[in-house]
Amino acid sequence: MNDALRDLYREVILDHSRRPRNYGAMDAANRQSDGFNPLCGDRLRLFLLVEDGAVRQASFVGDGCAISTASASLLTEAARGLPEEEALELVENFRGMVAGESEPDGESLGKLTVFAGVRDYPTRVKCATLAWHTLRAAIEQTGETVKTE
Amino acid sequence: MIAAPAYDLEKVRADFPILSEEVRGQRIAYLDNAASSQKPRAVLDAVDHVYETGYANIHRGVHVLSERATEHYERSRRRMAKFIGAQSADEVIFVRGTTEGLNLVASSLGRYALREGDEVLLTGMEHHSNIVPWQMVAELTGAKVLAAPVTDRGELDMDGFRALLSDRTRIVSVVHVSNALGTVNPVDEIARLAKERGAYLVLDGAQAAPHLKLDVQALGCDFYCLSGHKMYGPSGIGVLWGKKRLLEAIPPYQGGGEMIRTVSFERTTYAEPPAKFEAGTPNIAGPAGLAAAADYLDGLGIPEVAEHEARVREYAESRLSEIPGLRVVGTARDKAAVVSFVVDGVHPHDLGTVLDQEGVAVRTGHHCTQPLMERFGVPATARASFGLYNTEAEVDRLAAGLRTALEVFRP
Repeated sequence: MNDALRDLYREVILDHSRRPRNYGAMDAANRQSDGFNPLCGDRLRLFLLVEDGAVRQASFVGDGCAISTASASLLTEAARGLPEEEALELVENFRGMVAGESEPDGESLGKLTVFAGVRDYPTRVKCATLAWHTLRAAIEQTGETVKTE
Repeated sequence: MIAAPAYDLEKVRADFPILSEEVRGQRIAYLDNAASSQKPRAVLDAVDHVYETGYANIHRGVHVLSERATEHYERSRRRMAKFIGAQSADEVIFVRGTTEGLNLVASSLGRYALREGDEVLLTGMEHHSNIVPWQMVAELTGAKVLAAPVTDRGELDMDGFRALLSDRTRIVSVVHVSNALGTVNPVDEIARLAKERGAYLVLDGAQAAPHLKLDVQALGCDFYCLSGHKMYGPSGIGVLWGKKRLLEAIPPYQGGGEMIRTVSFERTTYAEPPAKFEAGTPNIAGPAGLAAAADYLDGLGIPEVAEHEARVREYAESRLSEIPGLRVVGTARDKAAVVSFVVDGVHPHDLGTVLDQEGVAVRTGHHCTQPLMERFGVPATARASFGLYNTEAEVDRLAAGLRTALEVFRP
């Protein structure tokens, strides 16, 4: 694997794509949203348990590439415990980082900065952001399937 | 014994400037020809030649540049008529590509032929461009759209096809060569069956044109569509061929300049085909490039091209079969130069990114054939598709890239 690939497929990403965390439907969920990337066929369903204005638990099911699966997996860890507003801020920070609009900020993004390499792969940005757009939809309860095109 | 090559591959590759491009220090191995093919110098020159020596709007001006541009355009129409075996150049409509050709036929033939309760028979391996336009016209007319089943090998299930044909079938529209699987459909048999029922037959020839010698009259269809950019010509130009009496009978597609005889607010009359279907200023230089692509293909010989591609494809199938966990999707007995595949534990999108790093271009995704992907139970495939300039060495690079991908993604 060359350096450019290693920058994209960081060990953390490979690990989460092989063994996604919080994978499975959640019976207790009170928010749910679907994401679909028609370009590559990636699909995911995100489940949230929101109590007192904060995300108590998050899980997902779906079928996608390594980037989108790892992104969803890490999202379910990162969102847990966040007040809804902070979760929405995180969505924006994450999106800004992978779109190359802002520098990777370890303070706000923590280990999500492993996705910083995606900015060099314009065709893969949507893979990384699919779960995050879906998170926004679940929090805002738009009830529509999120599409990244 | 190795058969003598059909033509001098190195010389042919030198005709395509882009094949010398380097990607990350390596020459590009372009294996995405079913999406779009690269252009030989002769095609680029033919387009430039129009702009440099005879460009103006066509069919209008009395001045010399308009006359020259019109002559380029109409000469290209005659050339394409010959390329596809049309009886007359008046049967050749220039369109943007196969998608526009199919939309034109669906809209115009659909409005002419379809009534409530009529049926349009497609197959389960159609590109979205041969599904959606029929759904749109079905909604207008009250007709129904049916799809014949596909076998596990990726061939058309002819028993299933026959079972869906009935006296209600007014139009049959089928892909000649599948873009996602490479399957070559038995269009002679389909034409015979359609004719028995008195149904019109439309063929989507986007993938067939660069691989098969076409003779639209012998094929027994009523309409045939192709795209220039998949047969080494420019993008934005293609051909819709239709039988003359049908082109005269069906209503126009778009209204505007060029397609009329007289216009008044009380009553407008239309021009004869092909002008009837060419509203507005068309792609003026594109046809010259397309005609040059036809010359180029005929110069090499389409049977020779097909023979070369078959050799590269068979080599690819044998190399890929050595890769653990790789499964080829679509193993039709009659197949064009496409190998679609999935690899256990590695998503096609990730395969595509790793291969791109190695300078190998393949397509990953659903190939605009979502019902077909559903049929095979995969969200997407990776697809290597070969053209007249591809080499076995490029296949070796594909195989090496796939092994790299396995190292990355398999724990």
